[in-house]
Amino acid sequence: MENLTEEQQAVVEMVRDFAATALAPHAVQWDEDKYFPMDVLAEAGALGMGGIYVGEEHGGSGLSRTDAVLIFEELAAADPSIAAYISIHNMVAWMVDAFGTDTQRAAWLPGLTAMTELGSYCLTEPGVGSDAGALSTRAVRDGDHYVINGTKQFISGAGSSAWYIVMARTQDTGSHGITAIMVPDGTPGLSFGAEEKKMGWRSQPTRQVVLEDVRVPATNRLGGEGDGFMIAMKGLNGGRVNIGACSLGGGRTAFQKSVAYLKERQAFGGPLIKQQHLLFELADMDTELETARTMLLRAADALENGAPDTVKLCAMAKRVATDAGFHVANQALQLHGGYGYLAEYGLEKIVRDLRVHQILEGSNEIMRLIVGRLAVED
Amino acid sequence: MKIVVLIKQVPDTADERTLDAATGWLNRDAGDNIVDEINERALEVALRVKDGDKSTEVVVLAMGPDEAAKAIRKALSMGADSGIHILDDALAGADATRTAAVLAAALRDTGADVIVAGNESTDGRGGVVPAMVAEHLNLPLVGSLTTLELAPGKVSGERQGESGTLSISAGLPAVVTVTERTAEARFPNFKGILTAKRKPVTTLSLAELEVPATPAHAVIVSHNERPPRVAGTKIVDEGNAGTLLAEYLVENRLV
Ligand SMILES: Cc1cc2nc3c(=O)[nH]c(=O)nc-3n(C[C@H](O)[C@H](O)[C@H](O)COP(=O)(O)OP(=O)(O)OC[C@H]3O[C@@H](n4cnc5c(N)ncnc54)[C@H](O)[C@@H]3O)c2cc1C
Repeated sequence: MENLTEEQQAVVEMVRDFAATALAPHAVQWDEDKYFPMDVLAEAGALGMGGIYVGEEHGGSGLSRTDAVLIFEELAAADPSIAAYISIHNMVAWMVDAFGTDTQRAAWLPGLTAMTELGSYCLTEPGVGSDAGALSTRAVRDGDHYVINGTKQFISGAGSSAWYIVMARTQDTGSHGITAIMVPDGTPGLSFGAEEKKMGWRSQPTRQVVLEDVRVPATNRLGGEGDGFMIAMKGLNGGRVNIGACSLGGGRTAFQKSVAYLKERQAFGGPLIKQQHLLFELADMDTELETARTMLLRAADALENGAPDTVKLCAMAKRVATDAGFHVANQALQLHGGYGYLAEYGLEKIVRDLRVHQILEGSNEIMRLIVGRLAVED
Repeated sequence: MKIVVLIKQVPDTADERTLDAATGWLNRDAGDNIVDEINERALEVALRVKDGDKSTEVVVLAMGPDEAAKAIRKALSMGADSGIHILDDALAGADATRTAAVLAAALRDTGADVIVAGNESTDGRGGVVPAMVAEHLNLPLVGSLTTLELAPGKVSGERQGESGTLSISAGLPAVVTVTERTAEARFPNFKGILTAKRKPVTTLSLAELEVPATPAHAVIVSHNERPPRVAGTKIVDEGNAGTLLAEYLVENRLV
């Protein structure tokens, strides 16, 4: 691979070994059973995957955004669903590290980075998704507390997480009136909807988070009042690159399975790989994945260095990589013929898992909206 | 307690392993070279002692070419404290006897309470080096343990034999070897990987060790390609399959 340092090679090697032994052999079964392997997440946490780019002071690994891309690609090569959950968890841990006070970081990060305490990111609501700045969950200050009311929709990890970072309205000033508040599990008034039945990501729970007169100390506020939307979007810049890396990993596995399958499958007097059309298909898949990798590494580098075009590059990379991952996986299924459609071969799961990456963390239409607006702004 | 773990870099068993057609030596460039899994298990034994008692010092010792530094670094990333790398071109092709003499020379000054190794490497599978090292150092060999416990001044454990299980123990210092039935090795965590580079590795050349000079070295007399697989023997049961099967096994010295 491209100029990896010795440490990066060792990191990739370890994550690949971990994913191959702890995730890959179970991925299809977990999907079928809708089983969320929290014990395995804690193992990943012990290896440093709960706070990949969180500072080392409170248990983070202090790695770079580029390292994160390499890590999520490897995890997703074994199981995109678990990898994607870990990516969301890392977004939460980073938001605490980047915007929390010393007291908050010391209190919340050790459990989050160890992944003995999981985190959920609560932005979307039943009535607002893409237009998140219009959210209506409300937090009202009451002495030293906030009282929160509202419903969050599609929340990954809900019901299993120890911490919910809730974006709530504290003022009616659009996206500038939103505040980020950490709500611990078990707070009276906090409840969860039924587990959503979904196309993919079945080995991680998605539920509504319902907040009814939830009282939390004002000291649970992350950043200042009105900073919530900015914090949520900053988290998403990294989230987008990571989810793109998850698509790359899933796509890579689908591609590798296809190469092996076409070499082995006999038809029309020889292995299918002899059909030039199919060879060209593989060439396009490989090219799409490498294009995605290039974009992801460039965006990660921008993020790491705080480059002025970070938002644009993250949005571009997210769109390119999640489209590439899904397209390659879907194409791989096609190349496997009827076997691709069977759960046993593990391909249809990759297709189902990667589909949602085009929708969440800002849909790919919203990525175009971001890139387009930036392109024409003066 | 000070524990020295012997580690060897071997070709990854997941890759196809080949001999160089011209020389008959193992083709080390053909695939990835990794820490022998059995050595990682030996290291795991040592690291578990360290988990329980932080004052434990774990040193890894490897003899091998430049690339063996990578195996040492992997061991350091898993939690070993320091490494010793015996690196000398004159050691290329060293056989088990020479290897053991060199390892013993390097071990002599380490002050190890216990030396842990795998019972046999996955490449050569000679399984004699640890015993020879023990002999050189005049230490007891507690070999092929499937479970073991290291306590101050004492090692005890079990060895699985064909006819039963042996419980064995010895006073320290001693040389201990483990089989692949001991606990699986841990993964290095990110912190371990990042700090491995800062841990000390001493590189020793032959000149720095007191090893009797010897002109002896291994030579390859002849080598053959592995014969292609042939179809197995099929025994059709006509009422006497049991007898035929037993005869076949006896005839081929399989029992
Ligand atoms: C499995 C799963 C897990 C999720 N996890 C989380 C989570 O953990 N936390 C969280 O906060 N959210 C989560 N989400 C929510 C996700 O981020 C939203 O679904 C996403 O942002 C889209 O919002 P929406 O579903 O309301 O669609 P809408 O915003 O209603 O959009 C509908 C369609 O219109 C398009 N569209 C909308 N506006 C525009 C526009 N201006 N121009 C062009 N096209 C537009 C969209 O791209 C989409 O195709 C999750 C969703 C799923 C499915």
